[in-house]
Amino acid sequence: MIELKDLSAGYGGQDVVHDISLAFTPGRVLALLGPNGCGKSTLLRTALGLNPKSGGQVLMDGVPLESLSPRERALKAAYLSQSRSTPNITAYKMVLHGRFPHLSYPRRYRKEDYEAADRALRWADAADVARRSMAELSGGQRQKVYLAMALAQEAPTLLMDEPTTFLDVGHQLEVMAAARRLAREGRAVVMVLHDLPLAMRGADDVALLSAGRLTAYGTVEDVYSSGKIDKVFGVALRRVETESGWQYYYG
Amino acid sequence: MKSWRTSSTRRSNGLRLAALCVLMLLSALLSMCLGAVAVAPGDILPALLGEGGGAAAQIVRYARLPRTCGCLLAGAALAVSGALIQSVLDNPLAAPNIIGVSSGAGLAAALCGALAPSAALALPIASFAGALAGVLLVLFIAEKTGASKLTLVLAGVAVSGMFGAGTDTVVTFVPDALAGYSDFRIGGLANLSMSRIIPAFWVIVVAMVLIFSLAGELDVLMLGADTAQSLGVRAKPLRLVLLILAAALAGAAVSFSGLIGFVGLIVPHIMRRLLGEDSLPLLAGCALGGAVCLTLCDLLGRLLFAPYELPVGIVLSLAGGPFFIWLLIRQRGGRVHD
Repeated sequence: MIELKDLSAGYGGQDVVHDISLAFTPGRVLALLGPNGCGKSTLLRTALGLNPKSGGQVLMDGVPLESLSPRERALKAAYLSQSRSTPNITAYKMVLHGRFPHLSYPRRYRKEDYEAADRALRWADAADVARRSMAELSGGQRQKVYLAMALAQEAPTLLMDEPTTFLDVGHQLEVMAAARRLAREGRAVVMVLHDLPLAMRGADDVALLSAGRLTAYGTVEDVYSSGKIDKVFGVALRRVETESGWQYYYG
Repeated sequence: MKSWRTSSTRRSNGLRLAALCVLMLLSALLSMCLGAVAVAPGDILPALLGEGGGAAAQIVRYARLPRTCGCLLAGAALAVSGALIQSVLDNPLAAPNIIGVSSGAGLAAALCGALAPSAALALPIASFAGALAGVLLVLFIAEKTGASKLTLVLAGVAVSGMFGAGTDTVVTFVPDALAGYSDFRIGGLANLSMSRIIPAFWVIVVAMVLIFSLAGELDVLMLGADTAQSLGVRAKPLRLVLLILAAALAGAAVSFSGLIGFVGLIVPHIMRRLLGEDSLPLLAGCALGGAVCLTLCDLLGRLLFAPYELPVGIVLSLAGGPFFIWLLIRQRGGRVHD
């Protein structure tokens, strides 16, 4: 489990996020919400050690982040970056890259690495594109391959920065369903999302950021009833109960 | 359950690499046989083994052998260096002669020739140091200015110009600093001897072994710094190590072949199309393809106006210039990877 304690971080001496305390709990999907530029991505990157912190602490299974090597961190948390490059390699090779932290120099893939990649591809429903080049896949297919790559890493925590951006509605729902399935299997899933109804319906917990501060944090129910989402985004988020649970919409 | 391990691309890549291997052997054989004096293929092996003392055997042993070895070695080193630089900087326009690596090596070679003309081993080491200074300077400038793909190339042009002027200055004061200065500037492999190649050979072998052992890291680095780091790679130090190795290759090649351009640009591009961007086959393909390309161009330069010779650098620039322009035009569309 990853815990953030009073975490502050930013770029070039200027803090973007201030005093954030959060826990990425196994078995739950946490949606990180907030307006553009409020520090969601910075928070994720800092939690992984990709960006230096200026105060507070990040604990991975109780161990301070600083005392872990990049490889040890990679075994604890997988990350889907917002900027994803698409090199001209096969999707299968891409997924194999997820096994990287499990190997030591010089890197030779072992039988279990191929098996983990096969499993991840099937899990992410991307087995049919395994042989094809990343460059020729559609956005939705690519996203599945990236997800498979993160899964092949077999880390207990998965952080995803805007995994649904640029995807059509069908693929957005698929990503959300995959996140839920992963949580049910016992992983901690954290997603930066912009689609509020999608997030509220799919997540267990919500962390609402505004101007770099944690404005609300709790279960979807708690955060919704606090009314802070409406205030932060300047919208009126409403919901109706349907046969398949609450559905959220903008009033 | 199906497995995707032995994918069709991998098998066809194996075939393509095998074909490149054959092509390399063929071009080496041609380079040994053809020239101002033609030698029959059957006479090559006896000549190399020291049998037969005729003029043909002498030519094979003391002119063709070092020249062919030089071509293969310099071609392989420059192409792998180019591929590495392009991948690490994520910039298809980068190549050793474009971003200041070759000209840095050239300046260092000139200085070395002026200050310590008799130290054979000092030359490749000085070239390596110069190449390294070039790549680090360009990298530093590009990072300061925002590291866009174009700034990097422009910084390279500026640095290359300065280093070139430095080389000219050295040669003006010490005309003997670079044996055959115009050959050096253009890049040529005539008049090589094995003793000039051997120190560079060892540098290239060591650098190649290290580079190939880091192919997995390079693959991950190409996914972007953030992703690489989240997979447990220390992106910044790795980048530096790979660039140092690329500089070692280019510096070693420049130390005996002069400022040969375009191999490090053209070959990686062709290989990317042919083999994809998986680092291991790509780098292997670049080594083979670079060797083939330089050997054939050198052969062409030898045969076109025989008995007069065109330095290989001119042949390459005639072919490579248009290729680079085509690349620039295509680049405008914003496509970086094919």
